[in-house]
Amino acid sequence: MLALSLEEMRAIQRYYRSINREPTDVELETFAQTWSEHCVHKTFKGIITYDGEEIDGLLKSTIARVTRELSPEWCFSVFEDNAGIVDFEGDYAIAFKVETHNHPSAIEPFGGAATGVGGVIRDILGVWGEPIANTDVLCFGELDYPYEKLPRDMKHPRFIFTYVVAGIGSYGNNMGIPTVNGAIYFDSGYVGNPLVYCGTVGIVKKSRYRREAKPGDVLLLVGGRTGRDGIHGVTFASAELEEGAEETFGTAVQIGDPIEEEKIKRAILKVREAELGSAITDLGGGGLSSAVGEQAHRFGCGARVHLERVPLKYAGMKPWEIWISESQERMLLLVPPSKLERVLEIFEEEEVEATAIGELIPERRLEVYYGDERVADLSMEFLFHGLPRVRRAASWSPPELSEPRFEAGNLGEDLHRLLAMPNIASKESVIRTYDHEVKAMTVLKPLQGEACDGPGDAAVLKPLRESWRGIAISNGLNPLYGKIDPYWMAASAIDEAVRNNLAVGGRRIALLDNFCWGNPEKPENLGGLVRAAKACYDIALAYETPFISGKDSLYNESPLGAVTPTLLISALGIVPDIRRAVSMDFKRKGSFIYILGETRPELGGSHYYKLKGFLGRSVPKVEPSRAKRTFAALTRAIDSGLVLACHDLSEGGLGVALAEMCFSGNVGARVELSLVPASREMRADFILFSESNSRFLVEVLPEKAQEFEALMQGTSFARIGETLGRELVVTHDGRELLREHIAELKRSWQSGVVL
Amino acid sequence: MKPGEVRILVLRSAGTNCDAETASAIAELGACAEVVHVNRFIRGRRSLEEFHGMVLPGGFSYGDRIRSGAVLAKLLSHRLRRELQRFVDEGRPILGICNGFQVLVESGLLPFGEVGQVKLALAKNASARFEARWVYLLKCSATPFTGKLPRVSRMPVANAEGRVVFPPGEEQSLLEELEESSQIVLRYCTREGEPARGEYPANPCGSFADIAGLASPEGTILGMMPHPERAFYRYMYPDWTRDSALGMGDGCAIFEGMLEHILKSQG
Repeated sequence: MLALSLEEMRAIQRYYRSINREPTDVELETFAQTWSEHCVHKTFKGIITYDGEEIDGLLKSTIARVTRELSPEWCFSVFEDNAGIVDFEGDYAIAFKVETHNHPSAIEPFGGAATGVGGVIRDILGVWGEPIANTDVLCFGELDYPYEKLPRDMKHPRFIFTYVVAGIGSYGNNMGIPTVNGAIYFDSGYVGNPLVYCGTVGIVKKSRYRREAKPGDVLLLVGGRTGRDGIHGVTFASAELEEGAEETFGTAVQIGDPIEEEKIKRAILKVREAELGSAITDLGGGGLSSAVGEQAHRFGCGARVHLERVPLKYAGMKPWEIWISESQERMLLLVPPSKLERVLEIFEEEEVEATAIGELIPERRLEVYYGDERVADLSMEFLFHGLPRVRRAASWSPPELSEPRFEAGNLGEDLHRLLAMPNIASKESVIRTYDHEVKAMTVLKPLQGEACDGPGDAAVLKPLRESWRGIAISNGLNPLYGKIDPYWMAASAIDEAVRNNLAVGGRRIALLDNFCWGNPEKPENLGGLVRAAKACYDIALAYETPFISGKDSLYNESPLGAVTPTLLISALGIVPDIRRAVSMDFKRKGSFIYILGETRPELGGSHYYKLKGFLGRSVPKVEPSRAKRTFAALTRAIDSGLVLACHDLSEGGLGVALAEMCFSGNVGARVELSLVPASREMRADFILFSESNSRFLVEVLPEKAQEFEALMQGTSFARIGETLGRELVVTHDGRELLREHIAELKRSWQSGVVL
Repeated sequence: MKPGEVRILVLRSAGTNCDAETASAIAELGACAEVVHVNRFIRGRRSLEEFHGMVLPGGFSYGDRIRSGAVLAKLLSHRLRRELQRFVDEGRPILGICNGFQVLVESGLLPFGEVGQVKLALAKNASARFEARWVYLLKCSATPFTGKLPRVSRMPVANAEGRVVFPPGEEQSLLEELEESSQIVLRYCTREGEPARGEYPANPCGSFADIAGLASPEGTILGMMPHPERAFYRYMYPDWTRDSALGMGDGCAIFEGMLEHILKSQG
């Protein structure tokens, strides 16, 4: 199972002809790992022809280009490390990384999800960071998907959902890292390809950040023992899921042990504080083969490794198995020989195995030994530069869609049904199985409001005891829009992640991108990817929100077809003083309710259309210049202490956002739709449920209204009602459209998804 | 003795994960809190004698293998038995939070302060799930730890095994015994301070007799499932944005009480 293309095999053949010998199994496996889509991201770095244009490296010409052009001085390390790192306060910086663990979770949901969490935590350890929070965004097939429609060997969405959630909770809870933010999305496109996005945020001390290894430094393998679990994980991840995948890849899913990782974390942080290491990386995809090779490459040298020194779980493993095993809870440290003894003492004290398995060498070669036998001897130059650049064709044409025609029904009923739709409904039953406040840093929790059960827009953490400065963590995800146009899906995902962050008081926002797509060798799949990447460039540049890290997971295919193309945008903002953070629940009766931003008749991909059985065509757009004015004004209002509550408008639009603010705050509201800044002659139900981007609802005290309105000048905004009573009442030109008791609305919202 | 001279041990082992915030809470009250691995004591490099009080913080000690807290409890009750019994007999306070409570029960320190005498258990929650939520606690008796705690206080629980169970057949007699000696210190209750009567989610674990916290007969050992270190400041509350009063949270009182007791008893 090498998963190399014909062209790549030919390049390897030419290399061996030139050195006049046959390859060893260890060498071939090294190529398969190092050159896998998972490790090298050949699609994003390759040459793509699209619409008459030749894109030389999609990553560098779109996503990474945003950061290059903005080049903010607060970006400490972007795109070159295991995680993106931005300044926080003084010597402290914040690292953030999001990964996917889709294929393993499809086969073994508990283990796949748990090791997904474990893996991304190690990415943070791999930048000398201390992990402080996890995020998890999950996509599943509908929970009521008919069993009889499931292909053989495929697990039911309900089963996958239950065990993915259990796996995530188990790893994060056991390690004592709070799970503070996330989303769960259901769509039939995820039945065969569930998506498990795992993110971790960590604290880095810039003065302790070491990347200075040199020849002679010892390769120290630390953590758990190496076994046959996780063999061929990356090639598995870079291939399509076919029937019988469980048998072929049964060994590809790893087994997690969070307590081992917790011990490793303690030891690594001690090594960091004592400044004893010269570099560090995690063992993830490709195991030792990738970690050793990449470190040697990074420091412009080579490496010599003795595989017989690697501690094994059991005897009988072949050298190539040891070399590429992805057994969990392992890290690679580079340590100058003079400091090795102290480092070994630290690991011994934490009861973690640490073994010197080789060293960096000045020659640019990768030499691998098993006892006296040399099992690999490769030119670093060829290994890292010999991969033929991938050339792929991409095309995209708009799907043939039309706007639906239907009459508005009973809007009160529609609102109840929207609230109960699984993508909108409360995820409380899941969130409560995650410890979201261990470390006592989570100051704005995922569940907010009077009864602590309302849906927060973003989590706010206070990472340092001695400072009021905080971070806001949010995300955006709109797979339905992608079915109409991936460009506007990506634009909307960025807008959503950013506005969620702004809503709680975040600013100076950094973004992460995670693409999950089908086979990129199919031009129409790649075309959508190109469009989404282009939107990332356009919108993030306009918003001045640089990308600091990202990852793509392609080849998400199953017997049911390709995954619904999905882009997760994660956002990390700064909250200058957490005492000014804003939650989404209405705080009192008698307040004014304002809407910020403009409402347009663009309900394509909306949940209102979905409820009525349509997709539509008019996908929500983003207008960056208008949006930025709204964003800036909102931030000023929050900083001036004028905002009692703020909630972004997303799935279900104004109607759902209002209902959520009401029942979370246990206070009703009365709202007049004709006051909403909207396109002319818009239907009342469209005003109520449109998902136009860049909009917020804000609660303001009447006595602060003048000051608030003054700050909003130059933006689209309006006062549309006030908080009162225990009912949500919506009128249009004075005519009552709906009147619903907030307790009833809450009941509907809480009925939608039950773990 | 000055507050700054009070030395509190925050004992950790593999899998402990609430030690940092627990130590911060103590340090912010002016005492000296030191996080030390249990191996340092077992290997004789450190001694419990150095400390005036001890906290067993939350987490998953040794992965909660066998049962929650069981492995660390066995290490304590076998490898450190004499030192620990002396610590207890001298009345030096011990606070066990969440996994620490489980350790105290598994080691026999609770309910009767006798190492090795296991009288009850913390079983899997009635919901069969990990439960992370804020609860209301009713103070049922005064101990050194709870003197400053209001009658009804708020703190979060976060555990999968927090359900207090008594040996079958001995429920009533043990309950009466513990009530008589005022050892049931904290019970889950409603927002209004009414007993939870076993109802979910007010009693999130399904604990027998709504028990959330138990003390030794002398009151110097307290075990509790809720996390006072996560309710130390108001900004840690889940709904602090609904009122502007930011200051100390209810959890602070637990640590304050412990420190004041040490200052008083040390003269």
